[in-house]
Amino acid sequence: MVEQASAPPFRFVSCHGMQQMLGRVARDELELQQHLEEVQIESIHHHTHAYFLRHHYLAGAYPNDFATWAAIQVRDRVLGERLAIVDPFDFTDLENLRTALIATIDDHLTHIPIVPRVVYGEPFHFMTTTLVEIPTGVNVRSLAAFRDQLASMEVAAVYYHLFEARRRGHQSFDDWFEALGETALAEQVRRMHPYTSDLEGLRARLLQLSDAAMASDRPEGHADGD
Amino acid sequence: MATEPESLDRYRAVAPAGAVETLYRASERVKGKRFTDVNSTRLGGGVAEMLQRLVPLLRDLGIESRWEVIQGDEEFFRVTKSFHNALQGQPEAITPQMLEHYVETNRRNAAQLDLSGDLVMIHDPQPAALVEHRTNGAWLWRCHIDASHPQRSVWSFLRPLISRYDGAIFSLPRFAQRLQIPQYLVYPSIDPLSDKNRDLAPEEVDAILERLRIPRDKPILLQVSRFDRFKDPLGVCQAYRLVKKHDDCRLVLAGGGAADDPEGPKVLAEVMEAAQGDPDLHVLVLPDNANIEINALQRAATIIFQKSTREGFGLTVAEGMWKGKPVIGGFAGGITVQIVFGTTGYTVNSAEGAAFRARYLLTNPAVAKRMGEDAREYVRHNFLITRHLADLVALLTIHTTNAVRAG
Repeated sequence: MVEQASAPPFRFVSCHGMQQMLGRVARDELELQQHLEEVQIESIHHHTHAYFLRHHYLAGAYPNDFATWAAIQVRDRVLGERLAIVDPFDFTDLENLRTALIATIDDHLTHIPIVPRVVYGEPFHFMTTTLVEIPTGVNVRSLAAFRDQLASMEVAAVYYHLFEARRRGHQSFDDWFEALGETALAEQVRRMHPYTSDLEGLRARLLQLSDAAMASDRPEGHADGD
Repeated sequence: MATEPESLDRYRAVAPAGAVETLYRASERVKGKRFTDVNSTRLGGGVAEMLQRLVPLLRDLGIESRWEVIQGDEEFFRVTKSFHNALQGQPEAITPQMLEHYVETNRRNAAQLDLSGDLVMIHDPQPAALVEHRTNGAWLWRCHIDASHPQRSVWSFLRPLISRYDGAIFSLPRFAQRLQIPQYLVYPSIDPLSDKNRDLAPEEVDAILERLRIPRDKPILLQVSRFDRFKDPLGVCQAYRLVKKHDDCRLVLAGGGAADDPEGPKVLAEVMEAAQGDPDLHVLVLPDNANIEINALQRAATIIFQKSTREGFGLTVAEGMWKGKPVIGGFAGGITVQIVFGTTGYTVNSAEGAAFRARYLLTNPAVAKRMGEDAREYVRHNFLITRHLADLVALLTIHTTNAVRAG
């Protein structure tokens, strides 16, 4: 590793998501598709990416709300499985994710004679998240200090720096690693696939990658910054 | 007797890692802001119990938290009880005189109460009309009841009032209404340091079970809830009998009756009859304040049921999960958001389903143990009072500062 003397400190930011109901309700899969076409794009983000913020500890049955609803509430496991495999992290543009979800439901409905609907389960409530950023006041300058703070930080900070920071003009983990001269670590974090994990699992992976990077930096490793 | 409210720092030991520190950080932006709660009683009921704990903790965060209580005569509370029932879908005859008395009582209270605050949170329908007299600050209406299918006439009266708020808060998405104001989702929470949930020494559990005359010789299946048809205690008895054919166990049904539920004694009598002649089926009628007893029963249980067929949020599920027990719950209301199927427990749709899952857990104690551990962690992250406080601080930030950007 080549430590960058000018690397800025990493400022940990945590967050809290306030969930809001949008008043859009789907009782069958066709209604789900129709609402998906019209609903504000932030709601798609809520039911896919912000899903992680609501599942700190345990992932649900499927890794997005649309898949979970189809499988658990409608009891259509085929659509549940097909929606589950639409990976939101394959899409840099949420509109393309919207299109993929709609196309998946559309294709499913053209191959079955009825429109599955909830009978015993709950309808789908479209929602959104208002994200409140929380500066933690914890700033670090070295990878060792970063690792120590990450281990005890509220896990919502992991969500913030992995999924929200870049679009909000803040530091993402990988950008800071890059600035620190930890290029390989930055690349590993970029390649981390969050979709089938939860935030605690992602934190554990980040700690593991940081430990491995520090081990490979020895013996000429640097002292802790903060 | 209610325990004294705890200081926020004591929650560090039970909240998720870093949560209390983040709460202190989050509240820096709203330090000194005035947060006023208004409800209809200082004692009794879930809302008062919740405010008794939340108000001091908000003060620990440097927020000027106050709690006002609306006053009214018997007629006023008869009217608001009718509102309450009608919002929950029961047919109620509401006359124009009743509405007039409701509005007038709210008007008189508005003149007497200190309704100032940067954020004023009005709980449930009783004080909802105070909004007509709002002067400053943001006003939010917190609805704690299942208002998913309200009687139209009552909702038509309340809707214009609710529309004057800056936002409404519901406990489940399906409780939300068609409104033009923001509708937030805030799950209720349990207090891990209260008598009902705090850690108990094994000797305390043993002593309480002995006092309640529940032997510890075989696995205990437990349901804690009012003797109410929607909690399906007879379905639980049926499930227990199916389990007992193969696995020896006890069933404990513990709860009280709601004073305002005329059906309660009838349901209790049916349960007593079902229990007759079975020394392993225990029916405990407990007083409202039997918190430590409920805590001990939950800790002594092997599996906890909450086999409701209709439910508000059903916080007894989170209470049971917090004790590290797998919970088998009915597929109803908030039970479905508390139980992650197959991971923290099971949701079921029949007595047979409850029996099947209970048998599986009794014959696979290692699975039950891991499920219980996951259940406790799930509650730690989602249903503790510290998360509830974070929601309130976030609402205060959203409505009283310009720190929150869209998106």
